[in-house]
Amino acid sequence: MNKKTLIVSFGVLGAVAAGCASMMTEEQKAAKALEVMKASFKENGQAKLDRLDQDDMQRICSLSEQKPLPKDVSDKLEKAQQALIKYPADGKLLGDWKSGERIAQSGVGKQFSDNPANPNGANCYACHELTKAEVSFGTIGPSLYNFAKIRGYSPEMQKYAWGKVYNSQAYTPCSSMPRFGHSGILTEQQIKDVVALLMDPSSPVNK
Amino acid sequence: MDRKTGLIAALFVFALSAQAQQRTTVEEIERYRQALGDGNPAELWEARGEDLWKQARGPKKASLEKCDLGLGPGVVKGAYASLPKYFADTDKVEDLESRLVTCMVTLQGFTREQAVKDPFGGPGKKSNMEGLVAYLTAASRGVTMNVAGKHPKEVEAYELGKKIFFHRGGPHDFACSTCHGVDSQRIRLQDLPNLTKKEDAQRAYTSWPAYRVSQGELRSFQWRLFDCFRQQRFPELVFASDASIALTMFLAQNSNGGVFNAPSIKR
Repeated sequence: MNKKTLIVSFGVLGAVAAGCASMMTEEQKAAKALEVMKASFKENGQAKLDRLDQDDMQRICSLSEQKPLPKDVSDKLEKAQQALIKYPADGKLLGDWKSGERIAQSGVGKQFSDNPANPNGANCYACHELTKAEVSFGTIGPSLYNFAKIRGYSPEMQKYAWGKVYNSQAYTPCSSMPRFGHSGILTEQQIKDVVALLMDPSSPVNK
Repeated sequence: MDRKTGLIAALFVFALSAQAQQRTTVEEIERYRQALGDGNPAELWEARGEDLWKQARGPKKASLEKCDLGLGPGVVKGAYASLPKYFADTDKVEDLESRLVTCMVTLQGFTREQAVKDPFGGPGKKSNMEGLVAYLTAASRGVTMNVAGKHPKEVEAYELGKKIFFHRGGPHDFACSTCHGVDSQRIRLQDLPNLTKKEDAQRAYTSWPAYRVSQGELRSFQWRLFDCFRQQRFPELVFASDASIALTMFLAQNSNGGVFNAPSIKR
């Protein structure tokens, strides 16, 4: 990916949008904000200060301030993120949906108050409807009830579900969803289990 | 209504509410709050805070009654509704908590380290800061939010706070805006205010500090930000730090025009 082009092309638009409100460009303001944040946070347990640093996706999506990206920037970002997806070596994408359901329910992991020795959760229900049994679900993401029943159980859909859980940015640039595989939140086996929750015909998601 | 009866009645209302999914969580919390009425335990923090404000403390054995919260030395009423603001004596933008730290240092002779120690209460640990915050915020109840943004340092703090609000980072790629930058979103059953939108920002900002029933503690706005960043998987936000003040400036100014109504009570 051409990182410079990405940032420059988006940056120009950002500066135009900001108008004459300030002499600083949006990039300069963001750099200043990072500097202030570095002095205003402290390490606590597993949460080190480098968590404030941003990769290209985080930087570009922060600058967009929840507004849609220009199409060329969006396409480049999507492509770059797609290249980061790793599929399991054994070629098997589906694990155990029952374990997937437990992972979908659990919101622990990666907070400075969490014990890093314990397995992380994915907290899918915080944002998505998945099953009819769980009525406490959020709406930040779309409903995933009947995920595969609607879209089909094909190997292509399995591959898509894997990629989406592994790196959501590869399909929807600036998505609010964490990159569970790419960022090391879930293990390969855990992603298999979550994909099974979505794709297994016997999963309550598809009932 | 006697406090205990009020609490039991409120819990009953809350339990019933779990079944009533067509009602929004915000409406339920509002009913819950009303059921508690004047039995909000935040009053205990307010009373303790008033004592702390008036007590001679620190190496200089002085009270905080000459502290200038922005409307002049000792003026408490309505001061919180104009914070954060620029203070010429420190040449800095300060929110309530950082201003209190300044006064504890200059008037009472505490070191900064002593003043920022124990900003939040916990099991078996009472926080003087949260007491003072309860007293001083209560003195702005019913006052319209009017946070200034004219001084260059106030403008700078607002712009900085805005950038921090949209800053995505950490293993989960979260920013404040992930949950609070879009209309009508929900985490589980919890409604999320869009803090970039006036009416949502007004409703949310004017309801902090709050007595959190689930924690048995009064929680300040500094605590709210601290705990949001924890859930965001960021490192720990330092109490009264520049980033915390800038972000508070962004959110407080967005709530201008709203009527301040806290300490409130939340789940």
